[in-house]
Amino acid sequence: MALIPLKLKHLLPTLILALLTVQPTFAAKETSDKGDLKTEIREYIMHHLLDSHDFNILSYTDDAGAVHHVGMPLPVILWDEGIKIFSSSKFHHGETVAQVGANYYALDHGKIYKTDAGGTINYDENHHATNLAPLDFSMTKGVVTILFTALLMFFLFKGLAKSYKTNGQVAKGVGRFFEPIVLYVRDEIAIPNIGEKHYKKYMSFLLTLFFFIWFLNLLGLTPLGINVTGNIAVTFALAILTFIITNVTGKKDYWKHIFWMPGVPTVMKLALAPIELLGVFIKPFSLMIRLYANISAGHIVLMSLIALMFIFNNWLGSSLSFVLAFAISIIEILVALLQAYIFTVLSALYFGFAVEEHDHEDH
Amino acid sequence: MEIPVMVGAGLVVIGVGIGIGNIGRGAMEAIGRQPDAYGKIQTAMLIAAALVEGIGFAALFAVS
Repeated sequence: MALIPLKLKHLLPTLILALLTVQPTFAAKETSDKGDLKTEIREYIMHHLLDSHDFNILSYTDDAGAVHHVGMPLPVILWDEGIKIFSSSKFHHGETVAQVGANYYALDHGKIYKTDAGGTINYDENHHATNLAPLDFSMTKGVVTILFTALLMFFLFKGLAKSYKTNGQVAKGVGRFFEPIVLYVRDEIAIPNIGEKHYKKYMSFLLTLFFFIWFLNLLGLTPLGINVTGNIAVTFALAILTFIITNVTGKKDYWKHIFWMPGVPTVMKLALAPIELLGVFIKPFSLMIRLYANISAGHIVLMSLIALMFIFNNWLGSSLSFVLAFAISIIEILVALLQAYIFTVLSALYFGFAVEEHDHEDH
Repeated sequence: MEIPVMVGAGLVVIGVGIGIGNIGRGAMEAIGRQPDAYGKIQTAMLIAAALVEGIGFAALFAVS
């Protein structure tokens, strides 16, 4: 590997780009109460990790004490004996109760519940709300981000594919950056794990998975405050897809290896069957947990370090926290790519198990 | 957080640290023996490390 000379003109834009990944923080409130600040920080971090019904970029408190929010409300779509669509601005960031026809809805920790005009929410012992919750099909922040990423990927790769036709087998434009990555997924991830014969039918899923997770992870690091892959529902959906594809395209050898492992004494065959069956469920489950925990833990650590700047509130402590937060956000960029790669590699591995055919002479 | 939860989480992190450290040691030794296989060894090391980390996260998830 040749040594890349470090030029200052290359360093500056990289530095600026990396600085943009550090999340902008909430309003710096002059508060002498440490406990108050800590609860506010905890609530802010929780609010970022959860999905929300409006696109709130930042909010600040002006001198008069009024809170200003910079953002965009998103449509709320509920099914409560009839479809109800309204803008989430009716909630006023969770402060008021939305009245739609004869029904009243209130927001509590990001979820919508049906209440009365006063907005009372009944809690049980574990602080879970026991009000009736209508089916929520809203376009939340996460949904909008997923749709945006899907459109981005669609146009990006369609353009790349079309450029081959018009430019004679040579990619042109931004797609040029993605061509080696696509080839890498095919040559280093799909073919070694799945084999030359069957890899083609899994390629579209593996490519989609890789770029989808990578783009969503990167978007989660931007100051927009969207956390999609740190949402267990999203990673659950991705893992379920891997699970379904593995088991639907599983060949006879695959099922034989689970229930009646060839080549071992019969007693062990019976002992291995439940373990292997458990493995069929645990493998996608671990995919889900790995991506979810990595990304949300990264977000929590990053936000806590930024919050540390406000807790210290002096030059030395805050600047050290800033440097640490900056270093961690660089690592998070690496983790974004690495987690997408790991999810794809392990999915390819499981697909490889599903279509593996070996001659049973050595079994 | 109660003491058993903290002790449990600490043990999990120790386990993951030792595990990934061992993977790293194996990878370094292998690269030392055959420097041109660097790419393949790095790939295998990352996959193994992600698997160990996955167990660690699942355990932390269950403990908390």
